[in-house]
Amino acid sequence: MSTLHTVNKSPFEKNSLDTCLGYVAGGSAVLLLEDGVYAALKGTSVEPKIKSALDSAKVYVLGPDLKARGFSEDRVIEGISVVDYAGFVDLAAENAKVQAWL
Amino acid sequence: MPIEVNGKSFETDEEGYLANINDWEPGVAEVMAKEDDLELTDEHWDIINFLREYYEEYQIAPAVRVLTKAVGKKMGKDKGNSKYLYGLFPYGPAKQACRYAGLPKPTGCV
Amino acid sequence: MSETVKKFLYLNRRAPYGTIYAWESLEVVLIGAAFDQDVSLAFIDDGVYQLTKNQDTAAIGMKNFSPTYAALGDYEVKKIYVEKESLEERGLTLDDLQHLVWEDEDEDWAEKDSIHLVSRAEMAAVMEDSDVVFSF
Repeated sequence: MSTLHTVNKSPFEKNSLDTCLGYVAGGSAVLLLEDGVYAALKGTSVEPKIKSALDSAKVYVLGPDLKARGFSEDRVIEGISVVDYAGFVDLAAENAKVQAWL
Repeated sequence: MPIEVNGKSFETDEEGYLANINDWEPGVAEVMAKEDDLELTDEHWDIINFLREYYEEYQIAPAVRVLTKAVGKKMGKDKGNSKYLYGLFPYGPAKQACRYAGLPKPTGCV
Repeated sequence: MSETVKKFLYLNRRAPYGTIYAWESLEVVLIGAAFDQDVSLAFIDDGVYQLTKNQDTAAIGMKNFSPTYAALGDYEVKKIYVEKESLEERGLTLDDLQHLVWEDEDEDWAEKDSIHLVSRAEMAAVMEDSDVVFSF
């Protein structure tokens, strides 16, 4: 059974992303949104964690939240897919449940 | 209390500022000025338009001393002073002119 | 004015939009600017994200307040300290931030840089040197 994990906190401020990644099973999806989108950017100190998560899970980032914060898609780590709100809905529908890491 | 302009109704807050800046049209300023027994001249409109441009650029209504300085820079020292601006807008150049311009109450207005 | 001028430091550690802190801080700075104090702004940790260029909030339905930082110069806020270590940890450089200036009325409105890139040690000295620190 697949789960969509959502992380909406900055990886530099809270450990939500860290904890989430420890619980993500193979085949699950992780969606970074709101302040969570900072984890999707290249060149940060948390980039290695995201890259190793990409080996076993699919990682998505919410485009509108990225844009609001001043970052374009070319700043996003390769392997992460940028989705819009419709894509968010699709992800929620594709997975058996949504688990939010607040 | 909403104000009526050209048959349209515009929502305002309890201090008379327009609820939605995007609703604004020049008639709003005319009606508000009439309620204050003020006839709007080109000099008034220069300030009202200046405030709208300031808001467009910075997303805030400037405090009175910021407005004074900015007007002085753009229109010259003879206009960028309290005496001139209070002469135009006796209820306070920032507060009154911002209200006519459809802006919120100035940030930094205490 | 007979009162002593105090050194106020506004310390910003939060990213914009996810929480209300960044906007609240900006509003307090603008209101506080009426009191003729010596004001400095510090951006550390996620606070540096407040100053990024090209913010566009149309799709998230929130007010984009990033243009307001450019008005700080008009409010006599001329000292904006950004911590180098915080930028580096986030893969950012000064080029990712808005170019903020203030205009010197005494020098025919010459534009001068407001942002000062400082090390953590220098930021600590800025904090130490202030009389009052407001944390956001």
